[in-house]
Amino acid sequence: MLFSENFKIAIRALRANKLRSMLTMLGIVIGVATVVALLSIGKGATASITSQIQSTGSNLLTISPGRLQVGGGGQSQQMSHLYYSDYQLVQRSLSQNINAIAPSYQSSYLVKYGNESFNVSVQGVTADYQKTNSSNIALGRFITEGDNKSQALVAVLGSQTAEDLFGGLSPVGKMISVNGVRFEVVGVLESKGSGFGSSDDAIQIPLETGYGKLFGETATYNNKKIVNSISVSVSTTKAMDTVSAQIKFLLRRSHKLASSDESDFNVMNQADLLSTLSSVTQTLTAFLGAIAGISLLVGGIGIMNIMLVSVTERTKEIGLRKAVGATRNQILTQFLIETVTLSLLGGIVGILLGVGIATLVSATGLISSVITADSIALAFFFALLIGVFFGIYPAYRAANLHPMVALRYE
Amino acid sequence: MIQAENLTKVFQMGDSEVRALNGVSFNIRKGEMVAIMGPSGSGKSTLMSIIGCLDVPTGGRYILDGIAVENMDEGNLAEIRGRKIGFVFQQFNLLARTSALENVMLPLTYAGISGKDREDRAMNALERVGLGDRTHHAPNELSGGQQQRVAIARALVNEPAILLADEPTGALDSKTGVEIMQLFQNLHKGGGQTVIVVTHDSYVARHTDRIIKISDGHIVLDEVNHHPIQAGTPRPDEVL
Repeated sequence: MLFSENFKIAIRALRANKLRSMLTMLGIVIGVATVVALLSIGKGATASITSQIQSTGSNLLTISPGRLQVGGGGQSQQMSHLYYSDYQLVQRSLSQNINAIAPSYQSSYLVKYGNESFNVSVQGVTADYQKTNSSNIALGRFITEGDNKSQALVAVLGSQTAEDLFGGLSPVGKMISVNGVRFEVVGVLESKGSGFGSSDDAIQIPLETGYGKLFGETATYNNKKIVNSISVSVSTTKAMDTVSAQIKFLLRRSHKLASSDESDFNVMNQADLLSTLSSVTQTLTAFLGAIAGISLLVGGIGIMNIMLVSVTERTKEIGLRKAVGATRNQILTQFLIETVTLSLLGGIVGILLGVGIATLVSATGLISSVITADSIALAFFFALLIGVFFGIYPAYRAANLHPMVALRYE
Repeated sequence: MIQAENLTKVFQMGDSEVRALNGVSFNIRKGEMVAIMGPSGSGKSTLMSIIGCLDVPTGGRYILDGIAVENMDEGNLAEIRGRKIGFVFQQFNLLARTSALENVMLPLTYAGISGKDREDRAMNALERVGLGDRTHHAPNELSGGQQQRVAIARALVNEPAILLADEPTGALDSKTGVEIMQLFQNLHKGGGQTVIVVTHDSYVARHTDRIIKISDGHIVLDEVNHHPIQAGTPRPDEVL
């Protein structure tokens, strides 16, 4: 018996109970759509994080505060601090192999222009920030060393902040209020794209201005100015390890750590950051994928349930088919094809829906998604597998009906 | 055509055994038209299912068209059913939402025949039962008598050795029932088709040339009916 005959029989049987077939399919549709959408969003997140990190320059070391154990025995932990003096120390001691060193301190403030006001992350930075962060100026200029020395009240806006506060107007030369302090906008940065750690919706001001006029006491600890991170741009990839080791040595000495103590700071390079973040996104993708898998499984059980009902309802038909010469295998094949048709139709609709969801999510600009052929193939393959797996038992039940008993079934 | 020797069939019902057939022997020659009669519980249905190769006997020999069937496995039985037996049921058993033509093509499909040949043979069978103009109607668009004709066309399409009809008039009014019996008689006389009618109705049985009566798993009567009723003539009780 030809496949096309079986397919025709399957379609006819499914059309006989349209609503039931559609509801049964819905389980698979939702499962497959979830798999496709989540895989696409997961891949998109990974890709955008990767490109984000790579766009900030590949030879970058980031020094950040680490966890500090207090009281020994690990009873309590608190964040250690990184100080402005650490930055000065590194800058003073290391001159070889280094392009730029940029400390930064950031905090959130209410920023106002006219009637518009937003809570924005305000970063205190030095002129070198532009080099370490690979930021390009779209309008005006960036913060200079002179601004820092004179504690000038100037600010550079991220592209999103500029858009939010000024709409289409040019912000350069305008005065904005940050937590009540008036700053003159001197420049706007180019967009670096949305995503992880984007500085598009931030404001940069001179670090010294921040310490002197904005951040107040929160930016000091034991009367020492603190920084959130220090970015070090190394001139060659080869020198990364050397510079990293030198920084660790310098900071451990200045923090007066014994050789047995753990460092109270981290020196991360791009590769470390990339692998840490991608392992996070991979775990997340796998986790979401598992949830989607469960919904596929539930859909499969729904299909099996309905097929068992269908076999019972069609006992007489099965008896007749056997009476006119259908073998056990032909009945088995017929019902299996019916289940697979149901799950594959659900799979196709689910893929379309999943691609739609992923595209829609991308369009909102919140998360980017990447639809790949392999995630579609995976979803399709899973739908097929579910159809076969959950179709076997009902088909087996149908095939093993005794023809005489089936014909007499009421 | 059919040689049945000492057929027995035992069903296991919980702890007890039920002997539905207890040593049944008979021969049916090619071209005969035979009625198998008996009340319900007589073993009539069990005998029919063995003759129709839907089931195998527990003991005895059953030779159909020269083939010993009694020890065949299910796959072979299905093939024999497809090639040698044409079933007609009381409830017609047509596939719903499926045209008359496609219903008739079904046995050919399972026998691996396809394309034009299959369609031509199905058309031919429908013309033999007088439904050449109803080929694309679904069962719910046909009357009971027409549905039973489609079922008969389906039974004939494989040119079976035996046409096996189980209460073929049971779901029809008496006038339509007579038409169906007439069709069987025509197939028997005109085409030399072997016909076995299983029924509890002695009026239906008297349309055949030979009546086998079965009771409690035994044959209690096997006689030639010298004056079969010609379908279409008035029923005796109607004459009185």
